[in-house]
Amino acid sequence: MRALRRLGAETVALVLATVIFLVPFAFMLLTAVKDRTQATDLDFSWPTSWPVVENFLAVVEARDYVLLRAYVNSTILTVASVALIVVFASMAAFVLQRRPGKVAKLADFLVLSGLIIPPAVVPTIWLLQALGLFKTLPGLILAEVAFNLSFAMLLFRAFIAAIPRELDEAAQIDGCGGLRLFFRVIFPLLRPVTITVILTSSVAIFNDFVNPLYLLPGDENATVQVTLYNFQSQYNTQWNLLFMDIVLITIPPLLLFVFFNRKIVAGMTAGAIKG
Amino acid sequence: MTRQDAGPRTGSGPGPGPGHARASRRRRGSAYPYALYLPAAVVYLVIFLVPTVMAFYFALTRWTLFDSEFVGLQNFRDFLAEQNLRIGFQNTLVYAVVTSGLKVVLGLLLGVLLTSKLKLRGFLRSVVFFPVLVSTVAVGITFSVLLKPDTGLVNQALAVVGVDGGDWLGDATTALLSVALVDVWKGVGLATVIYIAGIMSIPSEYYQAVAVDGGGAWHRFRHVTLPLSWPATYSVIILSFIGGLRSFDLIWTMTRGGPGFTSDTIASIIYKQYQAGFFGLSTAGNVLLFLIVTAIAVPLNHYLGKRQVTA
Repeated sequence: MRALRRLGAETVALVLATVIFLVPFAFMLLTAVKDRTQATDLDFSWPTSWPVVENFLAVVEARDYVLLRAYVNSTILTVASVALIVVFASMAAFVLQRRPGKVAKLADFLVLSGLIIPPAVVPTIWLLQALGLFKTLPGLILAEVAFNLSFAMLLFRAFIAAIPRELDEAAQIDGCGGLRLFFRVIFPLLRPVTITVILTSSVAIFNDFVNPLYLLPGDENATVQVTLYNFQSQYNTQWNLLFMDIVLITIPPLLLFVFFNRKIVAGMTAGAIKG
Repeated sequence: MTRQDAGPRTGSGPGPGPGHARASRRRRGSAYPYALYLPAAVVYLVIFLVPTVMAFYFALTRWTLFDSEFVGLQNFRDFLAEQNLRIGFQNTLVYAVVTSGLKVVLGLLLGVLLTSKLKLRGFLRSVVFFPVLVSTVAVGITFSVLLKPDTGLVNQALAVVGVDGGDWLGDATTALLSVALVDVWKGVGLATVIYIAGIMSIPSEYYQAVAVDGGGAWHRFRHVTLPLSWPATYSVIILSFIGGLRSFDLIWTMTRGGPGFTSDTIASIIYKQYQAGFFGLSTAGNVLLFLIVTAIAVPLNHYLGKRQVTA
């Protein structure tokens, strides 16, 4: 009896979770591969025809290949920001963890502030304009680095705390200090946490909408998220194309998820609990 | 966030004697030069801290990016006096409370469910977590379609069970809450995995003790899982409350603050004022958001951190 009830509860939970969490995704996929007339109904139905390739090409070609340019921009943005975050945050986290004192206290406070304080957008625009970086990709990259450093530093610091200091001392005896100690000895050991940082910050930056919207406006250099947002008002009558765009934008995080599910979950929970 | 700051620093080891300390500090200094802070510090200070500090000045001005005219507290007065700006405060708080409350409750339930001996546990965990990784814009657009009044899937499903669903996003009374629910749909996966990590770290002896005393599932939940997963609750509340106060993407893609101004939050008002060219007013909104986040996050952190010690 108990086992039966248990099975019943399991089934209910399973069905509910599947409906609530998977139906929206199924809806995206189905609408993306429908033809224009059927997609207008916006219902949950099996496609009558499958113009998959046509829809794909139509979205890619739309507005003079804006989606391709957006993909290039998003890729550059993500790769460059994540690379800088990894190098900058790991270096800083190393000194922060190894050298306690007044400076470390201040750094701790700044890391905490970086996690809590919402960035002041218009003053950031003003500053980037003064530096000649407003509406440029490098400007946006620097902003993403600044806004995502804190979380990466938390992860790096927790990991470095578990690396024995004896290692540093041995390296020092061999005449290895400072930069060389860090890059030759410590950084290679940070591989596991580096992968975690790469994954969590890639997802955050690739999916970011607010900062590109403010700091990189304009079609020419839009990122995929802003392009999708602009498609929304433009494709009011071509839902199949809008949803094809959504599907294309969901593929990169889906791939990361399939290959690195455990790492991503571990990183996000570690950050939350340590943080 | 506080725990590491409050606690003793890990890895520093036992302190050496005073004479020894000076020599070793000099040696340590050369091994761990402050120069390693430099790149991170420069980017952080210039791109994040300078604008944050300057915001306090620009919030007091009428500002066009090129020149600014000092107007005192006029922008703040506007914010508090105009109905369509003031509504942002209320909405922001409602949004943060609703989303973080639901994420705690549902995340805990899902966490308990997904640590039990369920056959499809792994699959369910993935299904619940995946929306966390999907872009908010994509989620927002999809759900604004699913929530359409007549053709929307949500209302069609409700019609099957005999409920007459309204125009969720077009009705002033439901717009904000509908967006909040979508936010929960997208974010509950993170709360769930935090709870799973917390529940898995509870030593099994506690559960054995309950079993010896003949306690049932409820007893197990009430007296072991609930109190001992407190650190997870603390993380979920802090994360989702701060996230809720700052949230912009979902509201902007689903309602743009509408209908009218009824679902505007501080973050969406900041953007609207920026678009309209009222940079000083927009920045005043930013300063207010900063003050609210700090005024809530810091005491909350303190209070929850204290409970954690006693629990």
